[in-house]
Amino acid sequence: MENAVHTHQLTKKFGSFIATNAITFDVAQGEIFGFLGANGAGKTTAMRMLCGLLKPSSGEATVAGFDVYRQSEKIKQNIGYMSQRFSLYEDLTVRENIRFYGGIYGLRRADIPVKTDQILRKLGIESVADSLVASLPLGWKQKLAFSVALIHEPKIVFLDEPTGGVDPITRRQFWDLIYEAAHGGTTVFVTTHYMDEAEYCNRVSIMVDGKMKALDTPSGLKTAYNVDSMDAVFQILARGTSTK
Amino acid sequence: MPLTGSSTAVRAVVEKRNMNRFTAFVKKEFFHILRDRRTLLILFGLPLVQVLLFGFALTNEIKNANIAILDNDKSPHSQQITNKLLASGYFQLRKNLRSNDDIERAFRKGTIKLAVVFPAGFTENYEHGHSTRIQLLADATEQNTAISLTNYATAIIRDYVTDLNPNVQPPLTIDVRSRMVFNPELKGAFVFVPGVMAMVLLLVSALMTSVTIARERETGTLEVLMVSPLSQGQILLGKVVPYLLLSFLNGCIIIALGVFVLKVPLNGSLLLLLSETLLFIFLALSIGIFISSIVDTQLVAMFASLMAMLLPTIFLSGFMFPIESMPKPLQLVSNLIPAKYFINIVKGIMIKGAGLRYLWQPTLVLVGMSVFFMGLSLRNLKTRLS
Repeated sequence: MENAVHTHQLTKKFGSFIATNAITFDVAQGEIFGFLGANGAGKTTAMRMLCGLLKPSSGEATVAGFDVYRQSEKIKQNIGYMSQRFSLYEDLTVRENIRFYGGIYGLRRADIPVKTDQILRKLGIESVADSLVASLPLGWKQKLAFSVALIHEPKIVFLDEPTGGVDPITRRQFWDLIYEAAHGGTTVFVTTHYMDEAEYCNRVSIMVDGKMKALDTPSGLKTAYNVDSMDAVFQILARGTSTK
Repeated sequence: MPLTGSSTAVRAVVEKRNMNRFTAFVKKEFFHILRDRRTLLILFGLPLVQVLLFGFALTNEIKNANIAILDNDKSPHSQQITNKLLASGYFQLRKNLRSNDDIERAFRKGTIKLAVVFPAGFTENYEHGHSTRIQLLADATEQNTAISLTNYATAIIRDYVTDLNPNVQPPLTIDVRSRMVFNPELKGAFVFVPGVMAMVLLLVSALMTSVTIARERETGTLEVLMVSPLSQGQILLGKVVPYLLLSFLNGCIIIALGVFVLKVPLNGSLLLLLSETLLFIFLALSIGIFISSIVDTQLVAMFASLMAMLLPTIFLSGFMFPIESMPKPLQLVSNLIPAKYFINIVKGIMIKGAGLRYLWQPTLVLVGMSVFFMGLSLRNLKTRLS
């Protein structure tokens, strides 16, 4: 089967600053792929290139089989995206938000109410369907934002630090949603700086200063570095470069 | 030909989806606008208040100015001139003075703006064909008022003299007759209505669009929109269309207020006026989008719109202060102010009844400016998101 994401020597320079330095990796379909790194390590830049928001400086990349240089419109139709700020409209109701995103992702008009009911039922938020999003607790907004990112049943969903600012229990519940999506065949590409979340991923890559320092399953990485947590793996990799 | 048949069908589906996308976006924008009480207030409260304020309160016409009369002649002539002055509507009698000392006292107190002095022997001199004079004293602490008042009074008195001797031409004098073309009554509304219209439309359109895009940037939703299949053009257009409609409605309200309440004539074509209004709104929206493409936050967007647009519009468009009396460098700067052109166009159409034949130049400038700002912001938005 074709890889959901494929990159080879993908590089982005801003002037003389190299934000993403020749990264090469593949993500299989249906995989939960964790993209780890400190702030400024180049995670967001890499993700933006894959989403078609940024043109790479060099190297190659395909997303859902489409080339990031020439086919960014095709890519946009096949991916979902959830930003760290959840990107819902606070002055719109839950229902209106769903209708809006359904609309801009080109769902057929008749399908939108069906899809809306589906999401509301799944998240158990029928009672607040007509309340403004501003009035929802953070955890609900987060789950809603995720469901909205999946509204057009994309092949790949990109999650940019999706669990920022919520409590551990809510985070755990959120990961249940991620598993469910992956189970349904959606590839999940997720950036995070919570190391406990890294354990939930099928495979994890760790970015340090624009370079990809490691890429393996969480257990593979722990064995390779002979430690018992992902946090320790990350400490070794990050400290290794900072003392250089 | 099944192949072409299916491909046109596919294209039709794609186009329909594109349209659905766009309408979903526009609908969302309307929700934003209609749910925000502040936005609504600025959108519809502001024009109303502005037009009425400028139309009624802040006029430079003079009505019922307080004057005092010192009649040392006490003749039918002086009485009739006084009556004529008071009947004009420009003046009302505050005081009948008794001596020259009273004049200064009244001015000091600030109760009168103008004093009219008929000298003793006024009638006698006049009837014997000698030259005679009436003295006008004006309080020049407000210099414009003083000039206007003396002009009004002089005109009325001269009128009286002409009425008395319709056949007699004063010998060997140069007879200057002025006529106030287009605005014989010198009504201030003629100047203010186009000015306020330019100001309000510019403010509402530019401010609102710049703030709404900055808001999407602040909340991170702009990023999501950029990742979605919506094209950049659709996003920009989706932002523009609702405000274009609402601002146009606004423009119509202002025109209606001007014509029906402030009695500004509409001598030219209404259709042309509306088209030019639409063009100006589009320009204002382009500027708004341009501002939003270079700033980060709503607050900065708001200040940029106010500083870059409102102040120059008030001071340099010729709305408040005549461009001709500005120093040369400022006159040059005024050429960059969009409102200047729009005000000329509106005045041309409404008051002079001019058609496109006379107004193509400013119209072309507005078109050029729109294209310039739209293009610039399209380019900016692209690089800014990178």
